[in-house]
Amino acid sequence: MSRKMLYRHAIREALDEELARDENVVVMGEEVAQYNGAYKVTEGLWEKWGCKRMVDTPISEAGFIGMGIGASMLGVRPVMELMFWSFHSVAFDQLVNNAACVRYMSGGLINVPIVVRGPANGGTNVGATHSHIPEGLFAAFPGLKVCAPATPADAKGLMKAAIRDNDPVYVMENTLLYGTEGEVPDPSEGDHVVPLGKADVKREGSDLSLIAHGRSVLHCLAAAETLQSEHGISAEVLDLRSIRPLDQEAILETVRKTNRAVLVDESKGFGGVSAMVSHLIQEHAFDYLDAPITRVTTLDAPAIYSPHVENDQLPNPKRIVEKVLQSS
Amino acid sequence: MATNIEMPKLSDTMTEGTLIKWHKQVGDEIEIGDVIAEVETDKATMEMEAFDEGTITSIEVQEGEKAPIGAVLAVLDGDGSGPAAGSGDAAESADAGEDAKPAETPAAETSSAPAEKAQSKPAPTRAEGERIKSSPLARKVAAELGVDLANVNGSGPAGRIVRADVEAAANGAGSTGKPSGQAAAAAGLAAAAKSKATAPAPQAIQPVVSEQDETIELTSMRRIIADRLLLSKQTIPHFYLHAEVDAAPLMKLRKEINAQAEQTHGNKYSVNDFILKAAINAAQTVPAVNASFTGDAIVRFASVGMSVAIAVEDGLVTPVIKNAETKSLLQISKEVKDLAVRARDKKLKPNEFDGGTITVSNLGAWGVESFDAIVNPPQAMIISVGGAIEKPVVKDGQVVPGLRMNLGISCDHRVVDGAVAAEYLAAVKKLIEQPALMLI
Repeated sequence: MSRKMLYRHAIREALDEELARDENVVVMGEEVAQYNGAYKVTEGLWEKWGCKRMVDTPISEAGFIGMGIGASMLGVRPVMELMFWSFHSVAFDQLVNNAACVRYMSGGLINVPIVVRGPANGGTNVGATHSHIPEGLFAAFPGLKVCAPATPADAKGLMKAAIRDNDPVYVMENTLLYGTEGEVPDPSEGDHVVPLGKADVKREGSDLSLIAHGRSVLHCLAAAETLQSEHGISAEVLDLRSIRPLDQEAILETVRKTNRAVLVDESKGFGGVSAMVSHLIQEHAFDYLDAPITRVTTLDAPAIYSPHVENDQLPNPKRIVEKVLQSS
Repeated sequence: MATNIEMPKLSDTMTEGTLIKWHKQVGDEIEIGDVIAEVETDKATMEMEAFDEGTITSIEVQEGEKAPIGAVLAVLDGDGSGPAAGSGDAAESADAGEDAKPAETPAAETSSAPAEKAQSKPAPTRAEGERIKSSPLARKVAAELGVDLANVNGSGPAGRIVRADVEAAANGAGSTGKPSGQAAAAAGLAAAAKSKATAPAPQAIQPVVSEQDETIELTSMRRIIADRLLLSKQTIPHFYLHAEVDAAPLMKLRKEINAQAEQTHGNKYSVNDFILKAAINAAQTVPAVNASFTGDAIVRFASVGMSVAIAVEDGLVTPVIKNAETKSLLQISKEVKDLAVRARDKKLKPNEFDGGTITVSNLGAWGVESFDAIVNPPQAMIISVGGAIEKPVVKDGQVVPGLRMNLGISCDHRVVDGAVAAEYLAAVKKLIEQPALMLI
């Protein structure tokens, strides 16, 4: 039996189950414990697990991410919350020089089993410095794993996989998804773990493939409905789920099936995740393409503060439908 | 050195095949000529023979999976890590694939020649030297189907040729294989292809589907039926004639002949055998109907290829009685029985579908009184046969019991006009009403 559950509660259930499963799991971050988390993702966990497992940190990302990395090198399995992934830049040296490189530079002797999680999205009118979407940026560093779940079930399953992974995994959540609801398998049916590096066909289709991750997947599903009902176009929706490792075979499989790809990506087009996906398709499935690959990405400007304009800066179902109709 | 075993092109219209069964496994040594697998094409299930010898080191396509022409099905003498990259070997086995065509017809040969040309041309150009815009997939499919892109109209943005355009052009070419006919068919389809501009694959108004409804994936056969008959209705100007014939003399003769045959060779003649014989003989009386439209000419065939519509499990096939005008009623009867059995077992060979010039479709056994069939391109005429039905008829001013049968013909008006079709129908009627004439 699966139950309906909010995205934020699915993540909380993952944290709760992993805290119970492994005494080395510790959740740390700004206001994650006594305040129950800035977005109430960790609500009730401090009361249940206490100060040793749920740790409030100072407002210093460079400091506490560095602390988490150090702890992980000694066997702790820290889950670090960034209140916004936009704050990654003050901890950049820790996130890419230390977390990503320690295992390599220690000749494989020292693992960094850390999870860094938090929201990474635009669309909430919080301004340019709080709206960065950096999954493509971190996926560009060998040694890091990155995922961006779109649904409550995937959020829970990927979080558990991330915590159990022996390498640093950066989980990109979304403040606009925290309140969305979806089916999540019941714990009585066994551990719900979604493996890293495995994409998921969220909707079967035959005419073209919409390939996306994170909240863009929901936009693609909405666009696919419109394309089917108003234009008779059957769109397949592939949810990448993990950015790194990237499920290349699933991408090629859907393109070989439909022969057309429209990539939808909330990061910027320049050097973004979709740029890499586009390259893989043309390199490995060129002869299967019946049309150029096209993209719907966030328009190339710092996040726009005005709600109306920001909504159009980001991918949305209307932009996806327009792009599909233009390019077919 | 590793060699790839690729999906061969086993029929004119084949674009992909389903690997039904592997007769060999990884580790098996195979000799040239060994039957290694069974492949289902759009028309039949065929045995696939080896063109190379060696040990199978990997199988890339599992039983039940589909693969396009040229896809690597298995690897010989590899390191087990997948298909061989060497182009030399791939080209060799592709050539071997061509050889695999059983008893190639001349039509098939002409269609495979442009394929080689297309492969060696990196950027196809039109006669005027303008570069042809086409998608990578369209070029690949064109090479497989032997379609010259210069003759294809593109329906994509800026006139880009997409896969649907190439497939439409290939279907339009029919089995005459004449480039001019191909071009004309492609031109005729330009309008149809344009309507696909917003929806790449299916040309269908989508139904509302609920959870209780069942969605059935198209088999190759259903797809071909859909494509060919849509093409027929869209590009062939149909007209229809009907005539009621007196079936009593035919029924009487059949009874007598069957009674006689029981004591000799034992063949049991069906009503349809006589209809076929009448249709064949009438086509010699009115040869104008035994013809095909090629775009800039009409081909009048020297021989009658009688296509017989046979219902099979998930569709319908129309195998051909070749040189039908030279065959006796007994030969025709036996041939149809054999074709029907093998059609239901999917054992017909692709060349058994080639060379049809007229089709007969008989729904009489299902109690159908009359109907109008769709012309089977590139033919110009199809005969729709109803059942023999007892009904009152007026004879010399008196109402008397009669045994009547309705014959319909559907014609391509580009080839056959009403008066010619009527003449043909009258000829068939005469033979059925005086059946002894068809035995001469």
